[in-house]
Amino acid sequence: MTGRYIFRRVLASLLTLFIIITITFFMMRAIPGGPFTDEKAIPSFVLEKIMERYHLNDPLYVQYGRYLLNILRLDLGPSYRYEGMTVNELIANSFPVSFEVGAIALILALLIGIPAGIISALRRGKWQDRLAMILSVLGVTVPNFVIAAALVYIFSWQLGWVTVGFWEGISTAILPAVTLAGYPAAFISRLIRSSMLEILGQDYIRTAYSKGLSERAVIYIHALKNAVIPLITYLGPLTAGILTGSFVIEQVYGVPGLGTFFVTSITNRDYTTIMGVTIFYSAILVFFNLITDVILAFIDPRIKLR
Amino acid sequence: MNEINFEKDFSPLPPASYFLPPASSKSYWQDVRSRLKKDPLAVVGLIIIILVLAMAVFGPMLSSYEYDEQDYMVSNEAPSLEHLFGTDLFGRDIFVRVLYGARISLAVGFLASIISLFIGVIYGGISGFAGGQVDNIMMRIVDVIYSVPAMIYVILLMVVVGPGLKSIFITLGISYWAPMARIVRAEVMRLKNEEFVLAARVLGASSKRILLRHLIPNAMGPILVTLTFSIPGAIFTEAFLSFVGLGVSAPMASWGVLCNDAIGSLAIYPYQLFFPAAAISITILAFNFLGDGLRDALDPKLRK
Repeated sequence: MTGRYIFRRVLASLLTLFIIITITFFMMRAIPGGPFTDEKAIPSFVLEKIMERYHLNDPLYVQYGRYLLNILRLDLGPSYRYEGMTVNELIANSFPVSFEVGAIALILALLIGIPAGIISALRRGKWQDRLAMILSVLGVTVPNFVIAAALVYIFSWQLGWVTVGFWEGISTAILPAVTLAGYPAAFISRLIRSSMLEILGQDYIRTAYSKGLSERAVIYIHALKNAVIPLITYLGPLTAGILTGSFVIEQVYGVPGLGTFFVTSITNRDYTTIMGVTIFYSAILVFFNLITDVILAFIDPRIKLR
Repeated sequence: MNEINFEKDFSPLPPASYFLPPASSKSYWQDVRSRLKKDPLAVVGLIIIILVLAMAVFGPMLSSYEYDEQDYMVSNEAPSLEHLFGTDLFGRDIFVRVLYGARISLAVGFLASIISLFIGVIYGGISGFAGGQVDNIMMRIVDVIYSVPAMIYVILLMVVVGPGLKSIFITLGISYWAPMARIVRAEVMRLKNEEFVLAARVLGASSKRILLRHLIPNAMGPILVTLTFSIPGAIFTEAFLSFVGLGVSAPMASWGVLCNDAIGSLAIYPYQLFFPAAAISITILAFNFLGDGLRDALDPKLRK
């Protein structure tokens, strides 16, 4: 049963990816003017050569077929703007940096969000709850580039603790990671709070208490286990948030990651790169959604029956 | 008064008035309004939204400066009585620019939300009403849309359509209808087997009429809540896009553009970022408060 469910989900994910690739391909082809129409006019014979080199003179369906085949071989094609580089190489160069920042942000978001949610659920209506809720409202409502700018202003310009603008590995990853963690942490704490409140009112919690278990055991073993299930469901969107949040954050902090690179390729009108990065991002997200579904299927057997 | 009223005192049936609704009975929406009024945060949110709207519409008329009026004699001046929020690099009054920015940001928020409202309501309505295989396929498509980060698609669409205010309306409108479609579908599914639909059907109403006149108006509550939350979402996304350089072009300025402009000189003139940033945050906060309050008022059971 579980095997068949997972198989079905994998198929659905592949179908989703296929649709995304198709839409992305045709959207990029729909842009008026070719990728090489520039401010400075290129002589027509040079343009002819370029078009030939990138197979842009072929009929659209041939180009599409070729693109699909290349993606099956995990080849996202050459970059139009970075001479001699493939999109694969460009992603391989910049993604590890984003991954580092993103991973720290994710850990921070969980480390802040989960305890904050538990505490505000347990101290409902008290000052701890109010404080956590105010902070989480701020985390959701203040745009992350504003938080980024404020942190740069305080920690870099005023206190001089960190340098911003160039990349020095882990020490320069902290501020971007903190900024990136803001929204997910706020969201997680609200999520945990509401699911915790719901669970604390249930019969099995009363049973656990009446068995004479300590409050600690009841909360951390019995309640928390079920309260994190909505959090797992949130895994996909969480990844998406951290990925897309990084577009702006990386720019503000001068982090040479995939987000900066994506934005640059947009400004450069580097179509193959935009396409490649879009597909790469979507693949990550589809993958995380798949993992989420599989984990949930193991945790909660009812899900498969739907 | 002392007389015994046989009918009243000994009748086995309660008085006729018992069967009528009490005179003070409120309609559903009156009830919602009175509950909303009791929620201080929602009221504050609503007041702020009205204030921001009024400032956006009338503010620029009252100010003696133009949003694109440059005056190099007063470039980068700190906030003063002359220039409430100070001036930027080109000597433009930031107060007026923030007010103009409000026009653009709010216009984007409302228009984009209304476009996505139309698409979402019609799509979700048809999907839920048709049911079966049609519903299945339509919802699969929504699932696909859901599994792509909206921001990436917005950026991609903006690259295709080209930057500009109109592109932003369209792009955001056609990118963010999926949540609305899901909610409307769920509501329509829930309502379509109710007796009032059957009654309408018996009276000879067409499917289109049942959907537009009976089902969707009854789903108005959840639609309204989703709309309230999608407006700040659109404002946020526009700020984000402008920040990346895909938003409106100069000298027009949304709040996102103003923030982006201010980042470069943040170290020396932090106030240039503070005012537009505060404007975005306060507005989004107000919409969130109103949305939360509205949700609670529409369905008191959901209150946690």
